[in-house]
Amino acid sequence: MLWSYCHSGTRKSLFNINTRELSEVVVIGSTASLKDEEEFTDILEERRCTTDLGYALRTFNPQPYKGAPSSSTSDLKKAVLESQYLRYIIALETGSSVEKVRQEARGILEEMSHNLQLGFIRLMAYTVNKVFKRLFRSIYVNMEGLNMLQQAIQESPVILMPNHRSYVDFLIVSFILFTYDIPIPVIAAGIPLASMKVVGEILRRSGAFFIRRAIGSDKLYWAVLSEYVRTIVRTGCAPLEFYVEGFRSRTLKSVVPKLGMMDMVLEPYFKGEVFDITLVPISISYDRVVEESLLALELLGVPKPKESTTGLFKASRVLQEDYGCMHVNFGRPLSVRQLCEGKINRSEYNLIPRYRFIQDCVNWVAHLIVRTQEEGSLISPWSLMACLLLQAPITTLTEEGLQWHGLTEKTLWLRKLVLDFRGRLNWPDSDVMSSTVALHHSIVHHKAGRVCLVQDGDPASQDPLSPEEGVMRTAAAVLMLVSYRNQALHVFVRPGILATAIHITKSTQKDELFSFFCFLRDVFANEFIFIPGRASQDFAEACSLLQKCGAVHMSEQEVTVLETGLEVLSFLQKLLQPFLDSYQLIFRYLCENGAHVFTEKQFLPAVQNLATKLILSGDLHTFEVLSSDTQKNVLSALRRLEAVTKLRA
Amino acid sequence: MKWNGWGYSDSKFLYNKKGQAEFTGKRYRLSGMIIPGLREWMESTFGANLQHKTPAAPILNSSAVQPPTLNEAFLKELKSTGIPFSHDAEDRVFRSHGHCLHEIFALREGKIGRVPDLVVWPNCHNDVVKIVELACKHNVCLMPYGGGTSVSSALECPPEETRSIVSLDTSQMNRILWIDEKNLTAHVEAGIVGQDLERLLNESGYCTGHEPDSMEFSSLGGWVATRASGMKKNIYGNIEDLVVHIKMVTPQGVIEKSCQGPRMSTGPDVHHFIMGSEGTLGVVTEVTMKIRPMPEYQKYGSVVFPNFEMGVACLREVARQRCAPASIRLMDNEQFKFGHALKPQVSSIFTSFLDGLKKFYITKFKGFDPNRLCVATLLFEGDREKVLQHEKQVYDIAAKFGGLAAGEDNGQRGYMLTFVIAYLRDLGMDYYVIGESFETSVPWDRVLDICRNVKARIVRECKDKGVQFPPLSTCRVTQTYDAGACVYFYFAFNYRGLSDPVHVYEQVEHAAREEILANGGSLSHHHGVGKLRKEWMRETISSVGMGMLKSVKDYVDPNNIFGNRNLL
Repeated sequence: MLWSYCHSGTRKSLFNINTRELSEVVVIGSTASLKDEEEFTDILEERRCTTDLGYALRTFNPQPYKGAPSSSTSDLKKAVLESQYLRYIIALETGSSVEKVRQEARGILEEMSHNLQLGFIRLMAYTVNKVFKRLFRSIYVNMEGLNMLQQAIQESPVILMPNHRSYVDFLIVSFILFTYDIPIPVIAAGIPLASMKVVGEILRRSGAFFIRRAIGSDKLYWAVLSEYVRTIVRTGCAPLEFYVEGFRSRTLKSVVPKLGMMDMVLEPYFKGEVFDITLVPISISYDRVVEESLLALELLGVPKPKESTTGLFKASRVLQEDYGCMHVNFGRPLSVRQLCEGKINRSEYNLIPRYRFIQDCVNWVAHLIVRTQEEGSLISPWSLMACLLLQAPITTLTEEGLQWHGLTEKTLWLRKLVLDFRGRLNWPDSDVMSSTVALHHSIVHHKAGRVCLVQDGDPASQDPLSPEEGVMRTAAAVLMLVSYRNQALHVFVRPGILATAIHITKSTQKDELFSFFCFLRDVFANEFIFIPGRASQDFAEACSLLQKCGAVHMSEQEVTVLETGLEVLSFLQKLLQPFLDSYQLIFRYLCENGAHVFTEKQFLPAVQNLATKLILSGDLHTFEVLSSDTQKNVLSALRRLEAVTKLRA
Repeated sequence: MKWNGWGYSDSKFLYNKKGQAEFTGKRYRLSGMIIPGLREWMESTFGANLQHKTPAAPILNSSAVQPPTLNEAFLKELKSTGIPFSHDAEDRVFRSHGHCLHEIFALREGKIGRVPDLVVWPNCHNDVVKIVELACKHNVCLMPYGGGTSVSSALECPPEETRSIVSLDTSQMNRILWIDEKNLTAHVEAGIVGQDLERLLNESGYCTGHEPDSMEFSSLGGWVATRASGMKKNIYGNIEDLVVHIKMVTPQGVIEKSCQGPRMSTGPDVHHFIMGSEGTLGVVTEVTMKIRPMPEYQKYGSVVFPNFEMGVACLREVARQRCAPASIRLMDNEQFKFGHALKPQVSSIFTSFLDGLKKFYITKFKGFDPNRLCVATLLFEGDREKVLQHEKQVYDIAAKFGGLAAGEDNGQRGYMLTFVIAYLRDLGMDYYVIGESFETSVPWDRVLDICRNVKARIVRECKDKGVQFPPLSTCRVTQTYDAGACVYFYFAFNYRGLSDPVHVYEQVEHAAREEILANGGSLSHHHGVGKLRKEWMRETISSVGMGMLKSVKDYVDPNNIFGNRNLL
């Protein structure tokens, strides 16, 4: 009756993890039923009724973390510089005088530090509000998640962990928290943003702090950064926001998490410096991503424009376009204490000073978070259409077009499958299909009952393109489709791999399928998010989903394909086929090429050339191997599997 | 003495007819006083209510006590020695428990488990030698009993014990055998209880200065057997610093050193097998202890800090400068409020006016948040001039951490409370509130973290275990050392609505101990291990360490005559 806190939420989700680990189905953290989807509120609606200025100047009076000190940003910097850890690291740096190293550390900290100021939050809110109202029809936020966050922020240091699909979402969380009177986070950002004129400073004062890209073995930099992050977490002076995926996903697919930041964030808990830390996964989903065309070009090797203020203004023409809706889904707060129960023995650290150890159960937590982000994201009808369009022969798409009627029917079929697979859908009630296609007029074109792929430029009026240029042109369009397909992949991956295993092994024996499933899961671990050490749960989940949608029949030992399931199995198998083809092509290239040592600079164009040739000759049916993302993932996978090694950093 | 609660039968808290709290008896400063704030504090802290009572069973129902399993041959030979003994139910029950919550709770409900079958009262060292010889001869289990203040289940009879269990009560061995003024030592029988020892020594102008909170009832032998620590250890040292010579009777014979040299390099110190052996190796019968001339001057003091963090920083600095007074303790905010609630009714308008003024000064003028401030209590001892000098030094350090001197009275009340707080648990138990304290020692850099984390863990565990009311979860730093501090936690909750409150209590305490260990705290600073904390011994001292202790036990007591099963 008198309890002043509420943590039942996190408790419940943990409970789910534990019990489901034992049972056959594993769905992490997503206790949210489909009913929750109705509880999204459009936060722009209210904004459109009030003045922007009035909004920016509203009273902002958030309830902070109860243990937070009332310290300024300079106190924070001072605490970092004077920390025992940093003094220890500085003392280790030989070669130059202590004073000089300290000076260097101070410089790093100056470059890094945020300078959060309410005035600039208001400015940011004012601007962002204006821009978002222009770009989006609606921004949907789940209020229940916000309420839980508001509670959690008062109880323990909170880490906000959104996925990152667009530059637009950099300030979206701050914007929402400002709107709902929740403390503004400090945000980890890449250093290029800081060097933007004026804008860099505005971001800094809106709470961004900046991290260099290639830190490598710069010990002092690592030390300053980690102490800075840990001090923020330890004191709970502000919620900390960072992208566990490390960077913006160019493919709109989840990226295997980076562990550096995660490690720094969790360490205060492992060391007992805080009672608990709350992780809040946030899933941001877009109907249409602002930088869709840039992304595809970047993946094909056209360099991305450098972040600059003038570039930002040039990009302002994107304001003319309609980008549909955005969904921001605040996940259930996860207690690190509960997540790590039984995984970590904190007393291991009792015998050495606490400024001196590192920790690694972090990988597991990081993957869990990304997986939770995936489950919280909403799949749009367009993603489903993209899945289907990509399964049509490429000539159909570029030339005569796909039958509209067939596409819509199949999309509805797929919608049902997604629901069977417990995916979350963003399915507006009226006139879904045509409005979706209209929104994506830059990619497809709907005319006379047929849907065609839009390709840049008009080939008739200009010099005819070379066949290779033609491939690249088509690839650019296809990769855009691929990105939108990727937004739905997480729902299909596990059953998809099982379908592929069934297709390839032609076996019905469960253990045989399981070992092939594990093989594929292992090979594609850089491509899709699999929580480490949970292969059998993933397999169990795949089995149960396929059984649920009536595709297979399961017995103790066997998996039998049902007649009614052929459509599902063939869809799933085709969905993953581009990945198999791409990986196989690159493996073949490496085997046949014969060179034992190669550089990444040679490798990427060589693979692209080979792929282009094979596409032209009709021997390769996917354009995805042209994406530098795929190529890099294959290299990472091979390194992980110890088939190749990196000679120099 | 009460048979199912703490302390003297005439001293207890109760609510009088007007619903005001009152402390009965004449023994303490608080005795006979009305405590106006206690009721409101209990109601608001625990959600307790005078309407909801849980009275204890008034008298021991002897029929609930199992008839004794007597070893007739042992009994026959014991009779011939003339050593007094008894198998009266009340005598046996009284020696069957310490003061853990579950022990007292069961007694209040009239539930009696396995109790000793016989109680013997040896009068001197030689009596003990005879008893131990007989026990070995007839394979009887012996459990030494001193003051009965254990809080580690050390006195619980192992339910699996099938032999006759004999409780060896040392209370009759309570003499000071000699005082050596040249060497400043006293040779004392181990059954003497703390307050008698101090009183008798005071008569000759001396003291030991060993003052554990339980000193009214706990015995010298018990201190040795558990590695006790006293409030004024900063001047006098803990028990291991105080003993010069120990005599212990074991199944293999008597162990003692040949001389009283102040320090020896003769292999590992055998005293350290005895200290902390918790009655598993033998009976401590006589101890030579250091004594000191009584201090010329004593002065209490107190300091208010704006928050606990500042208080800990101050204590750390005091320890760094090695200038800790005889005692320095830091209470957190909850305990500060609790101490406030125990203020007796003030006698004059002037005092209450003065109190109001102080409060105004601290909270309004100095800007301390009443919900964050905390108090350190101090005790200085020595010759007058040095005490005043010392006092100034400590207050100067405190000032650097925002501390304000808050008067002698607050300090003195703080120390007086340590003696009455145990009585308060009995009052709580009359009204659905159960609780206990536990302690640890921890390096300085972890003090704040452990305090915060353990308190938070208690609150969370209570909620998870279905406790309907927020618990009292509070702590204080009670001792400072060069490399760390001793931290005491108090934990209590209102158990209305729970079907098995003791089990819930034990689960929460278990979790709290896990949290302590995970945060770099020790298994115990001075309460000992007993049977309550045995499960963590191996991880605490390593398997080899366990083997070392076991091999000592196997040599000294191969037939497990001292079969209380503590520690290992």
